[in-house]
Amino acid sequence: MITRLLLAFPFLAVAILLLIGLGALLFKRNLIKMLMGLSLMESAVNLFLVATGYRQDGAAPIFTNVPSTHMVLPTVQALTLTAIVIGVATSAMMLSFAMVIYKKYGTVDIRKIRKLNG
Amino acid sequence: MDISWTLQTGSGSWNPVLWLLAFAVAFGAAWLIRSLGRADNRKGDALKPFISGNEEPADGGGHIPASNLYWGFTEAMKAYYEKLVPLHTGIPSDYVAWLLGVMALMLVIALTV
Amino acid sequence: MMDTLTRHLPALLVAIPLLAAFTMPLVGRAGNAARSAWVVLGALLTSLVGLALACRVFTGGTVLYVFGAAAPHVPLPMDSGGIPIRIIFQIDALGALMVVIASLASLAIAIYSVSAEARQSGKDGFYSMLFLLVAGILGMVSTGDLFNFFVFLEISSLAGAGLVAYRIDKGEAVEAGLKYALLSTVGALSVLMAIGILFAQYNALNIATLASRLQFTRLDMVALVLLAVPLAMKCGAVPMHFWTPDSYTTAPSSITALLVVSSQASLYGLFRILFTLYGDLLQFSWSTFGWFLIVLGVLSSFIGVTMAIPQKDVKRLMAYHAVSQTGYMLLGVGVGLAVLGNAEALAAYGKTAMAGGLFHIINHAMYKGLLFLTAGAIFYRTGTRNLNKLGGLGHTMPWTMVFFMIGALAIAGIPPFNGFASKLLIYESVFRFSPFLSIIAMVVSILTLASFVKVFHSMFMGAPRAEFAQAREVPRPMIAGMALLALVVVVTGLVPQAFVDRMISPAVEALVDRAGYISAILGGN
Repeated sequence: MITRLLLAFPFLAVAILLLIGLGALLFKRNLIKMLMGLSLMESAVNLFLVATGYRQDGAAPIFTNVPSTHMVLPTVQALTLTAIVIGVATSAMMLSFAMVIYKKYGTVDIRKIRKLNG
Repeated sequence: MDISWTLQTGSGSWNPVLWLLAFAVAFGAAWLIRSLGRADNRKGDALKPFISGNEEPADGGGHIPASNLYWGFTEAMKAYYEKLVPLHTGIPSDYVAWLLGVMALMLVIALTV
Repeated sequence: MMDTLTRHLPALLVAIPLLAAFTMPLVGRAGNAARSAWVVLGALLTSLVGLALACRVFTGGTVLYVFGAAAPHVPLPMDSGGIPIRIIFQIDALGALMVVIASLASLAIAIYSVSAEARQSGKDGFYSMLFLLVAGILGMVSTGDLFNFFVFLEISSLAGAGLVAYRIDKGEAVEAGLKYALLSTVGALSVLMAIGILFAQYNALNIATLASRLQFTRLDMVALVLLAVPLAMKCGAVPMHFWTPDSYTTAPSSITALLVVSSQASLYGLFRILFTLYGDLLQFSWSTFGWFLIVLGVLSSFIGVTMAIPQKDVKRLMAYHAVSQTGYMLLGVGVGLAVLGNAEALAAYGKTAMAGGLFHIINHAMYKGLLFLTAGAIFYRTGTRNLNKLGGLGHTMPWTMVFFMIGALAIAGIPPFNGFASKLLIYESVFRFSPFLSIIAMVVSILTLASFVKVFHSMFMGAPRAEFAQAREVPRPMIAGMALLALVVVVTGLVPQAFVDRMISPAVEALVDRAGYISAILGGN
């Protein structure tokens, strides 16, 4: 019972992180805080991907001096690496957008950055 | 290479080339009838636009601007527009909220139906 | 030599735009003329590869390309135990249709951009990102691997967001770029989560392998919703369309035309997920997902066109029309999905509805691209997009006026242009499904014509204005780009059945034939 709960803990953490990130994205007025929430959501999804690859008593997926061939899944780790890199590029681009918006609008309050509406 | 000139829709058909021919014939007939009229209808005073006898305002003054062009339509649909246009707030959080709302609705529908 | 080239066409399809993108700053050092020549050369080569590949698919069937294998057309390596282990590009008739659209559009846009952006600075980054966007679109529609689709989706979203914000424009363009990037990232995260769910259950990323292993548990239903709704958002379906007017307005006009094609690539992704990945597994919820598409389609078309009528900015108006026309595509294919289980209804009107929806995709890309390019031409000469300030340009810009008329008549569905042909297919088949939907579609068409008459009157009719006295016709490369799209609009309108027979019907068959897609990789299972 305890082992099952512990094995499910990463997915619980994913859910909590997603909710915190979504909360920041939806309810914060500061653009930078929204982008922080987005970054949290990205971390949550990456954690989910890696957690799905876990196999109980599995070794690291490296063939040199391997104790046993029962390994955790390496494919999801590759997916996660790709997703992390994409997340870095996205965050960099959106933060630079935030900088330019601050220079042009003078504020990072998203309720005031609304020239395009209707 | 043989191409079919008629579009079959399952309950009808549409042939654009025949339509163009019919259009050309009708256009030719209209042109013929027009050319039987007076020869001086493209000269002088007949060229000026008739605005109930008034003078044409200078420099595009009589040109109705785009915002006023469909006043009747927007006025008649005022109740609809007054609810719809404020929904397009321009705030990104609202956009994400709409996306998540539709996702939640579809999850509920898909998992219970 | 030609044989090797033909064998590696799918790889070249993505490699050439990527190469053009990454070498652009180097070539740009040699001067403006060298850079413009490189842009046109890159776009021309990409289009040639795309059209050649599409010809191969339409005459010879599905084309497979396995990356990193000794023999690129063999999906199951001998030592793999019957599992396709590499990333495979699988281009069937529907993918070939999208490749044709992307090739034609990117060629016209590249020729147009060479002249439209000639006076701007920072052209290296602009053209790099343009080719990245083209590569992303072409990758999205060619790939047979779900995670690869996600990667290309992100490539096109990031490149698109960067291009939207490129001409900072007092901050408005950056605001729009930020909204586009934000929504795209949230959507892409949801897609990634769904891919994780599917991989965790079935240990496969290849779409055909997943489709053959799928057992449609509750988790799979969750994954389907997590995949379908963000892709519907990316193509601009109401009520998730709010980013579309903002980004289409402030992007440079040639980029807007390319963003339209990018939205349609996401629409392709949506159809691929619904028909091929899940397909007949949606037995008890076909009607649900069919009606999901139909409701989105009807809402999009009606709300899109009614929001377009009171607009003052010409590109914002056209962007709402893009939302509205996407509604037609969703309506047509949604009717097809709703009757997918009912074989006689499918044969009677379901396939025609899907043919109408898919035909509308290519028609829309062509005439919407044309309309955005004409709006860009007007902006290039007059410096304003505000319809209240424009007027009387028909006297000085006759070619732009002619191209605008062709585009406006096509979008309103006036014979003999291509919009009429696809709309007729949609009206007649949707009428047999449900007359009420067809009537809504026709009303939307009338309102579309109304708003374009408004735009035509405001921009081109009336006496010439004093402040636009120096607005001559636009330079020849811009006219050439617009002429290419206008030519496709006119030709597709004159011989619609030829296009339907050769391109659209094979695409409909490919979409409906899930077993064929799976057996192309797994070989007859």
